[in-house]
Amino acid sequence: MSRALIVSICYLITAISGSLQAQPVPRIAFEKYTLPNGLEVILHEDHSTPIVAVNTWYKVGSGDEKVGRTGFAHLFEHIMFMGSQNVPVGVFDKELEAAGGDNNGSTTEDRTNYFEVVPSNAVPLALWLDSDRMGFLLPTMDLPKLDLQRDVVKNERRQSVDNVPYGKSEEIILAALYPKGHPYSWSVIGSMEDLSAASLDDVKNFFRTYYAPNNATLSIAGDFDPVKTKALIQQYFAAIPRGPALPPRPNVPVVLLAKDTFLVLEDKVQLPRAFYTWPTVKLFASDDAALDVLAAILASGKNSRLYKRLVYDSQIAQAVRASQQASRLAGFFQIDVTPKPEQSLAAIDKIVQEELQRLMNEPITARELARVQNSFKASFLNRMTSVRTKADILNQYNYMAGTPEYVQQDAARYECVTRADVQRVARLYLAKTKVVLTVVPEGKREMMLTSTGGTR
Amino acid sequence: MMSQRSLRSLAFVAAAAGIQSVAGAQAVDRSRAPILGPPPKVSLPPIITRVLPNGLKLVIVEQHELPLADFALVVGSGGTVDPTGKPGVANLTSTMLVEGTTTRSSLEIADQIAFLGIGLGTNSNWDASTVSLHTPTAQLDSALALFADVILKPSFPASEFERIRKNRLTELIQLKDRPTAIANQAYASILYGASHPYGQALIGTEASITGMAPSDLVNYYKTHFFPNNSTLIIVGDVNPAQIEQKIAGIFGSWQRGTVPSYTLTDAPKAASTTVYLIDKPGAAQSSFRIGSIGVPRSTKDYFALTVMNTILGGSFTSRLNQNLRETRGYTYGARSGFDMRRAAGPFTASAEIVAAKTDSGLIEFIKELNAIRNAVPPDELLKAKRYLQLGLPADFETTQQIATVLVPVALYNLPLDYYNNYVQNVEAITQADVQRVAREYINPSSLAIVIVGDRKSIESGLKAVGTGPISVRDFFGKPVTQ
Repeated sequence: MSRALIVSICYLITAISGSLQAQPVPRIAFEKYTLPNGLEVILHEDHSTPIVAVNTWYKVGSGDEKVGRTGFAHLFEHIMFMGSQNVPVGVFDKELEAAGGDNNGSTTEDRTNYFEVVPSNAVPLALWLDSDRMGFLLPTMDLPKLDLQRDVVKNERRQSVDNVPYGKSEEIILAALYPKGHPYSWSVIGSMEDLSAASLDDVKNFFRTYYAPNNATLSIAGDFDPVKTKALIQQYFAAIPRGPALPPRPNVPVVLLAKDTFLVLEDKVQLPRAFYTWPTVKLFASDDAALDVLAAILASGKNSRLYKRLVYDSQIAQAVRASQQASRLAGFFQIDVTPKPEQSLAAIDKIVQEELQRLMNEPITARELARVQNSFKASFLNRMTSVRTKADILNQYNYMAGTPEYVQQDAARYECVTRADVQRVARLYLAKTKVVLTVVPEGKREMMLTSTGGTR
Repeated sequence: MMSQRSLRSLAFVAAAAGIQSVAGAQAVDRSRAPILGPPPKVSLPPIITRVLPNGLKLVIVEQHELPLADFALVVGSGGTVDPTGKPGVANLTSTMLVEGTTTRSSLEIADQIAFLGIGLGTNSNWDASTVSLHTPTAQLDSALALFADVILKPSFPASEFERIRKNRLTELIQLKDRPTAIANQAYASILYGASHPYGQALIGTEASITGMAPSDLVNYYKTHFFPNNSTLIIVGDVNPAQIEQKIAGIFGSWQRGTVPSYTLTDAPKAASTTVYLIDKPGAAQSSFRIGSIGVPRSTKDYFALTVMNTILGGSFTSRLNQNLRETRGYTYGARSGFDMRRAAGPFTASAEIVAAKTDSGLIEFIKELNAIRNAVPPDELLKAKRYLQLGLPADFETTQQIATVLVPVALYNLPLDYYNNYVQNVEAITQADVQRVAREYINPSSLAIVIVGDRKSIESGLKAVGTGPISVRDFFGKPVTQ
């Protein structure tokens, strides 16, 4: 029996047995086709507001970078706004704003996306701008453009990593969690050193390798005329030549840590913070949804297990978070906790361990599961409210699940999680070896958590 | 994990004016931007208003796209009327609404929110305290019962208050880690002085929070939470007549009361420009907050100021962002804005500037604040007007967005057709209007310039720029003697 079939049966059962909300997650109707040059196109009409979201995914992220050139995919995201053969520097943003539109882009370890939200009449403008940088970026690319955006990105790093409390924790954890050279062993923003090292040739080669129509998907959602829009897509994109064969995608082994790793980072912070990180599974793997549920059971809302004991009842912690962070090749589960002033991480660690043991030893309650499942179901509905998120969802499922039409299966994954599943994944993953990073105020290394359970 | 190209949503965005157009030809000419057809006609949803006998105003907008509804109860009192010497009372009062009622405990409220799959949040700013609800309509009745419970029957339990107090005190300690938070608070204190409400901390201070008791919150609640001081905004998949009846049933017994009136005197504006330097040793960036006391929301110059600010620092292609980010690479983003409140809130230009370019950054900020006082070129004016006008429909897409844009309408008594006239009001702004308001409200010779950064490495450079005398301050904006 195929996995899809199992999912749909589970979904039917929960629907019949009457979960709280009678409203199922609506389908996102779409049309998908592929141009001869390999560009995938996904169209979704929604005429409720006279705006259109144009969203392009390039299947390249920081996971495609090389050691010594980290941060490059994201730096390149910025470069894509610096003008192309027919769009002089600055024109991209100026034309869009003059048409009442907004635009942005983002980069993850797996992909880069670019999007515009424009009034319905400005779809041709968005397609002109997006197609020009896809087909004609290199003729006007030069070192001053690279240097300028390199400076902007370094400031982005300062603003989000270096000048922010606990900001450097992520890159330290990734480097400890993944083996050297693993595509996820560095952060998306990259290091200052690598950003400085990027050359104009790197930019050009990166573009030729990854920014071709056959590595991209164009998703358009909103108030457009499908016939006219398909004609425009044909006019603007069809002549862009297919790129060379893509480099083989990394096929990484499952991450295993030989032993628990305890790390410490001194930072400009008033309070320490402990991060526990376990390797788990990638996005849409069979235990991914149960791990999401487990995270919510631990730290979402006042009644969640860790929040209630640490923050609400004993009030020895100021904050606690838990999450399953799943990407295309791998994922990890993370808990972080910040003590209140004068409270020790050792005492907090003891309670964290107790609560994890309790989850491994007995199933969660029906009420706990219902709370989490109902919240998740509502969040699926909330993602349907804007064309901007719908265009992005279609692209995300297309890439990650292999079809744009996956929102109902995705929602069903959570409906199918059982109390026993949560207990099982807690046993399976949270008993494994982990990375524990303690961020401490400068000069206070004695606050770090150690292998003996307490601080030293 | 995600990194973004820019931090957007700088300003209120917005809809539709006539742009000339010809429909497309067959062979595409890549060498120039396509000529666009006329922008879609803006038809903003009709707004229905009602007043219940107890004075509660209802603002209802139907939107049936998805089975969702948003509610926002806007109480017209916020931090501005915190009791003297007790900043943070309004803020803690709204925080405590979901920490226990006469019929539900804090944990029961939290359990219901998750179980129903709804969003229930409280907030307070200078002018208002807000309780907002986002719910699938399948849960409408249960969600409204909970919403009404926290609004009408909060019990301010002492044990929950102690927990929240401890939490807030810890938050105040953690603010010291964040230069942006220090810069914001110090800027407000310096601009308005400690005796003006706007110079105080909306979330309170260590002293005020320590000295607070549940009775302070109960008093605030009993003094300001009246139906005749409130508007309930309702947007979504509802039938107006039915929802009105339902709301009347739930909120009809809420007792009217006398809301104390208050007047805020404007704080005196600075007579000259001063650079206030706050030391954050080792900071990788310097946090800039530059400006002066601005205007109240009721200003007749609202549209002229909005257009002017869009050009100066209210959009990605604004002068400040283009200069400091896209031309010089000193920052990840620079912006400006008028925070318009019942009384004159601040005008602020801001950016996080790389430490090594602190002095150069200051020079460019001052250059732009001077330049905006000159006539703006027609194409720049047109771009700003179109950005505001044509972007308006995007603010009316989701029920949550519509509820949000209706809050100022309710709070500042704007006409109900405010957004319907928005496009033409923006259109009416001329080059002369922009220049007039720039000269009236942006004066480089009377600015407060707050810079939080690594004093050791930036002070001499700032001195050399010579923009104004340097005054070293602490995290709270108070003078440091040395």
